Amino acid sequence: MRDQPSSKEKSGAQSRAHELPKTPTGIDGLDQVTRGGLPKGRPTLVCGAAGCGKTLMAIEFLVRGAMQFGEPGAFISFEESPEELAANVRSLGFDLDRLVEEQKIAIDFVRIEPAEIVENGAYDLEGLFLRLGFAIDSIGAKRVVLDTIEALFGGFTDQALLRAEIRRLFRFLKDRGVTAVITGERGDGSLTRQGLEEYVSDCVILLDHRVTEQVSTRRLRIVKYRGTAHGTNEYPFLIDEKGISVLPLTSLGLEHEASDERVSTGVGKLDAMLGAKGFYRGSSILVSGTAGTGKTTLAVQFAAAACARGERVLYLAFEESPGQLYRNMRSVGVDLAPHAKKGVLRVHASRPTLLGLEAHLVQIHKMIEEFDPRIVILDPISNLMSAGTTLDAQAMLLRLIDYLKSRNITAFFTHLSSGGSAIDTTDVGVSSLIDTWILMRHIEVDGTRDRGLYILKSRGMKHSNQVHEFLLTDRGIELREAAGERERERPTR
Amino acid sequence: MTPAEQKPPTAGEIWELRLYTAGQTPKSLTALANLRRICEEHLEGKYKIEVVDLMANPRLAKDHQIVAIPTLVRKLPEPLRRVIGDLSDTERALVGLELRRAA
Repeated sequence: MRDQPSSKEKSGAQSRAHELPKTPTGIDGLDQVTRGGLPKGRPTLVCGAAGCGKTLMAIEFLVRGAMQFGEPGAFISFEESPEELAANVRSLGFDLDRLVEEQKIAIDFVRIEPAEIVENGAYDLEGLFLRLGFAIDSIGAKRVVLDTIEALFGGFTDQALLRAEIRRLFRFLKDRGVTAVITGERGDGSLTRQGLEEYVSDCVILLDHRVTEQVSTRRLRIVKYRGTAHGTNEYPFLIDEKGISVLPLTSLGLEHEASDERVSTGVGKLDAMLGAKGFYRGSSILVSGTAGTGKTTLAVQFAAAACARGERVLYLAFEESPGQLYRNMRSVGVDLAPHAKKGVLRVHASRPTLLGLEAHLVQIHKMIEEFDPRIVILDPISNLMSAGTTLDAQAMLLRLIDYLKSRNITAFFTHLSSGGSAIDTTDVGVSSLIDTWILMRHIEVDGTRDRGLYILKSRGMKHSNQVHEFLLTDRGIELREAAGERERERPTR
Repeated sequence: MTPAEQKPPTAGEIWELRLYTAGQTPKSLTALANLRRICEEHLEGKYKIEVVDLMANPRLAKDHQIVAIPTLVRKLPEPLRRVIGDLSDTERALVGLELRRAA
């Protein structure tokens, strides 16, 4: 599962200076995945089935080029009229009409109606070349989109000629030095129906849109990118009101700076159990336990203590509404509302099944980018897991943890274990990613059911190995001294 | 040639034909020569040929939706008809322009 930096990636990092020049797309995350953008002055093929988002990606590439990078772009559309295009991207806040007016974008709709065309004798597609050249020259375009030239195959019968002309077209684009995006429809057993990948040697990006168990996920994969290191994973992406967001694996494995700074757990005695200081800043913490053992209370106390220090906390609640959370936590003496009012706490509640895993992940990323918290709490991750397969869930959590670590954000997850059995295992299978793991459980002693807590592991610090009984009081969690406290501390690992 | 096969232009009607080319390429020159010959044979005195060189004015390729070169457009009589290619097949050209119905 873990995405170790491969030898390819390492050598790629060393030879980056020799890499091809790149043109940033400006699309959120795509430039990270491609390490800088698309090959400058060369064509890139973006392919995928109908509705996968390729036209949108192409448009966003042009619009961002024009708006953010001062590079005008020409859009040659074979399928949609300029009016349709403009309407499609208006919801993303792109004003195509204005960009056309300002000569930042040129659109040419090449309408091909097979029924109107009678072929007689030799011809070529010089008209298309002239139009393309005209569109480029009219605004000094640096970027070009052809969406999708496969439409030509429906309009003309001479396949050999078409292929020769498409080959010539790609050469033409290279000669003009424009960075081009060519879209292609996914074919049976091939990347594109007409085998366009044969003509594009530099960069091929595949988009995919699947629906599994009623949850839709979009993914992007770089099939090839000549002369450059690139991620080979499938990256989830999302289309929302701001355009496309691709979710990169933000860190390449284990290169995080490890912080020595410590953060209080918010429970004095728990700090004491963790080498007297609490968690490490930027570490990942998992609290697991069966229902009603006080996981949320612990999470909230941690959050409240951080807020009291003035640290921003993002609390993602997957079971309770913010109101419900505030009310329940007031009963154990923690009042979150003032922190929320002050703006140091943001509680975001959502139903995990409402969105696919990727959508959640992207949403979380966006909230983090926006709010810039020091601590992020996910309560509980077990619910999130129900939104996808276990494998997906692990991958997602890995990404999230990597991302949080790269930002030195302390991550606090709760997890609901099922039943009393196998309490030390978690079906999430993320234990290797977790730095500090706290287990909460019911203990039955003399006919009463008490709560107990112990630290299963905590990397890089001395910690208690005792099961501590605790009470949920109106002042929060109160740990009792473990019976016969033996300070037999574990060696650090 | 029986009258049933022939669709003669009505008296006084002028055929307006436009040939789109891109410079003086062999295909364009062939197309123009073939077109002139066909017109002389079938539309003597009743046609106008306009040659539009898109190389000189590429904007027209966009405005007139031209992709293939050469493209022949029959503007009049209506409806509009398009034939692409150098018109080397006279029979097909006649059918395409509706100077003759398909056999």
